Amino acid sequence: MYCREADVVIVGGGPAGLAAALAAKEAGIDKILILERDTQLGGILNQCIHNGFGLHTFKEELTGPEYAARFIKRVKEAGIEYLLGTMVVDLSPERVVTAMNREDGLFTVKAGAVILAMGCRERPRGALGIPGFRPAGIFSAGTAQRFVNVEGIMPGKEVVILGSGDIGLIMARRMTLEGAKVKVVAELMPYSGGLKRNIVQCLNDYDIPLKLSHTVVDIKGKERVEGVTIAEVDASMKPIPGTEEFYECDTLLLSCGLIPENELTTGAGIEMNPITGGAVVDNTLETSIPGVFACGNVLHVHDLVDYVSEEAANAGRNAASFVKSDKNQNKSEFIQVKTGRGVRYTVPRKIAPEYVDKDVLVRFRVDNVYKDVAIGIAFDGEVARSVKKRTVAPGEMEEIRIKKDELSAHPGCKEITIAFV
Amino acid sequence: METRELICINCPMGCPLTVTIDGENITVAGNTCPRGADYGKKEVTDPRRTVTSSVYVDGGKAVKVPVKTASDIPKEKIFDIMDVIRKTKAKAPVFIGDIIVADICGTGVNLVATKDVERV
Repeated sequence: MYCREADVVIVGGGPAGLAAALAAKEAGIDKILILERDTQLGGILNQCIHNGFGLHTFKEELTGPEYAARFIKRVKEAGIEYLLGTMVVDLSPERVVTAMNREDGLFTVKAGAVILAMGCRERPRGALGIPGFRPAGIFSAGTAQRFVNVEGIMPGKEVVILGSGDIGLIMARRMTLEGAKVKVVAELMPYSGGLKRNIVQCLNDYDIPLKLSHTVVDIKGKERVEGVTIAEVDASMKPIPGTEEFYECDTLLLSCGLIPENELTTGAGIEMNPITGGAVVDNTLETSIPGVFACGNVLHVHDLVDYVSEEAANAGRNAASFVKSDKNQNKSEFIQVKTGRGVRYTVPRKIAPEYVDKDVLVRFRVDNVYKDVAIGIAFDGEVARSVKKRTVAPGEMEEIRIKKDELSAHPGCKEITIAFV
Repeated sequence: METRELICINCPMGCPLTVTIDGENITVAGNTCPRGADYGKKEVTDPRRTVTSSVYVDGGKAVKVPVKTASDIPKEKIFDIMDVIRKTKAKAPVFIGDIIVADICGTGVNLVATKDVERV
């Protein structure tokens, strides 16, 4: 078997992988290798042809392919090596990456550091428990997006969408523009999982109704979808009898959440966070295996690609320091980051105080829609300060920065809690 | 005097705006940046959107090339523009920023490519 080496191996050539590679390169690492399973770099951005990307990174509004192109151009100019059509099949705790492609067959790369940037995939119908037959015409929203935008095939004419995540909302507009009739978007939760701007510009602009606290209870049709029945759900998410409504349609799109794609991560025995579905990382984005870092949607699902790029650049820089430190960083003590009332998860989950530069960016999601809340940072149970927010929702990621001074002001702190106060 | 409650669509923050229309005088509250004030005023006088879609490509490595209107266009022109987009075919090679349809539907705005598509 063909064996090779690289200082930094990046699994995935989407927005996270590209930004991580560039940052590692800028930090002085030369032997970088990106492994990408698709036939082009850019990942899912290639099919996200709508605009709204890059406001933070480039201060202008770009489409997905334009955003990707800017990073791809820089990766090519920097001479960073990448292999396309290459599937990574294994990662060992010793940082040996096993991959395969048509040219090289099965091969291994011994990596100084590894950056996991595999992204996420959509929750499929099988994971939703919708009764009914399995006719043609049921697609995840992202699959439909690829059909319409990349392959040029319309999946159907009359559409019902289950789930109001951003991809579902974007596809409601896209299908409408392409001449389909989108009859309704049903959302199980009492709030939308998507950005408010997408409710306005994708649903309201086209008079597409959004039914909150509703779900699909039956799919009619044996060969092809003929219609779906939607019912209201109660507080425990059980359908309320008598609220059923039948919608005639030939297509059902599912936009019911994204799941980080972590088979490699769990295969390597890396400690996982069951809430995010991603690895547990510290403030340098290092996982439980030294020299293996994670960033982007494989770590936790982001709302904005801009934040993915920012996080991935951080992972790239930290992977570079790991390699330069001769792969021997002694992180002796960690401060655990815990969640409290109202907060579902944080990334990172622990902080290595000696590896804090200026501050620690803690990203988190809340567990419900709240108005006028204060989010507190507590050091070993003492609330040091709080940040006020007008509205928070699970669909919009929040962040808080813990300054280095604050950490030094609490020497010996074991635990930081992020919670409503 | 009329007031309208809007959600700004300029960025993911989605600020809730209150637009007060008093004849010629339009005021916007609730915005956190100047872009929000502009959006509020425009939305009640001349609502505009950027249209993104994709057109078929002849002789390219990809079947379709994504496109966008180079700037925003009047909202009521969206479906006219889509009619033109559906009938348009590009020819490979296409490069980012190439004009696919000039002055689409008389809006004065060009339809441009948002991705490179190489020739087969």
